Amino acid sequence: MTDTTNSEQFGSSRVKRGLAEMLKGGVIMDVVNAEQARIAEDAGAVAVMALERVPADIRSQGGVARMSDPDLIDSIIAEVSIPVMAKARIGHFVEAQVLQALDVDYIDESEVLSPADYVNHIDKWNFTVPFVCGATNLGEALRRITEGAAMIRSKGEAGTGDVSEATKHIRTIKGEIARLSSLTKDELYVAAKELSAPYELVAEIAATGKLPVVLFTAGGVATPADAAMMMQLGADGVFVGSGIFKSGNPQERANAIVKAVAFYDDAKIIAEVSRGLGEAMVGINVSDLAAPHRLSERGW
Amino acid sequence: MTVGVLALQGDFREHADVLRALGSDVVLVRRPEELAGVNGLVIPGGESSVMDKLTRMFGLAEPLRAAVTAGLPVYGTCAGLIMLADTVLDGISGQQSIGGLDISVRRNAFGSQTASFETDLDIPALGSPAVHAVFIRAPVVDTVGPRATALATLADGRCVAVEQGNLLGTSFHPEITGEYRFHEYFLKKVHRAGFGS
Repeated sequence: MTDTTNSEQFGSSRVKRGLAEMLKGGVIMDVVNAEQARIAEDAGAVAVMALERVPADIRSQGGVARMSDPDLIDSIIAEVSIPVMAKARIGHFVEAQVLQALDVDYIDESEVLSPADYVNHIDKWNFTVPFVCGATNLGEALRRITEGAAMIRSKGEAGTGDVSEATKHIRTIKGEIARLSSLTKDELYVAAKELSAPYELVAEIAATGKLPVVLFTAGGVATPADAAMMMQLGADGVFVGSGIFKSGNPQERANAIVKAVAFYDDAKIIAEVSRGLGEAMVGINVSDLAAPHRLSERGW
Repeated sequence: MTVGVLALQGDFREHADVLRALGSDVVLVRRPEELAGVNGLVIPGGESSVMDKLTRMFGLAEPLRAAVTAGLPVYGTCAGLIMLADTVLDGISGQQSIGGLDISVRRNAFGSQTASFETDLDIPALGSPAVHAVFIRAPVVDTVGPRATALATLADGRCVAVEQGNLLGTSFHPEITGEYRFHEYFLKKVHRAGFGS
């Protein structure tokens, strides 16, 4: 029989990035109360994102969007046994400290909330809890990883139900990774400069052909076909925000999106699960949004 | 030798990479017909409640159960260990498992992600050096029944690896640490069993 020979190590990169590895092929759903969290878990979510207002409501109601009330987060943690994520404002390291104290499983330093610092993001190495951060391109993703992010999600345009920005961002990130792989060593120095990211990280990605952390897609996914498209474009998994609980039949839609992500390359199954889901969220075309209302432009 | 990896959700690619590096042919299994030709199966890490749901929805749970009963070698890590346990504690409402291992497993036994950790384990069955083990919202084996054997325990005595005949399960994730010895140990079971040949 065995003994533990070394002491236990908490909050290492491997442990932080590892949880995201286990979420791959899954759907992370925005929920605003314990009842929705229950529906999400029953439908097969791999994790839930606890927040007070889904992005579509933040968008329509306006005002400053902040970290959720600890009571709300506690009630969701108490309701489900899958991982619970929660959002902190960009740069708001005290909100992040509070979320860690509440024992959330992942913090999303999110552009969906109003930024608290227009210069600095949170120094995520200071935390035991892992962070996921949004990115619209490879340079942004690498800067977040340099700051300690253990998972990246392409941003898309949250709260719209319009998948076009999500498509653009995952294609951009994947395309830039592919381009790095084609460069010679001397070209990588310039690439690192252009990406505003550390050379070592750029060289690592050029060599491996992928990010050192899991890459999910978010922002505007509203249908099983949207989710499957993100997977076919190379996402490791999908965040669905307003798309589920702003639709006519959240339970069925949540279930359908889970199946479509698992069988993202099987059009017959995607067709089958897309039947009779009722109304999708109404949505807003991103092209109709004035630039100041585009959340994906927050963060840099 | 063809080894299937259950690929409905989780870190199945990491398992597939380890198995290929050890010379196995790998089939990703999501449908009953993909289970048909395999000589062994790995159930990866991930979210056990999701794997349970999807295996049942897509008609894979019963064929899996039948294969385990018939002697298919199966290795489960973390969520995979939960799927192989006869009894699951702290599951979501209605959660089922494939079963096969005469154990009860407590899901998410350490608490939230901030309690996830890595540590070294001495595992006599694998020899030296110690196994560097990563526990991520990991389960533990609460009770080991008479037909199962504990392979590893934490310092506090909690069991985190078991075997029983052709079945192997670990609470932790060798597939993400470059630790190949569990997969080698499992592939020996696969060779010995000669399942499906």
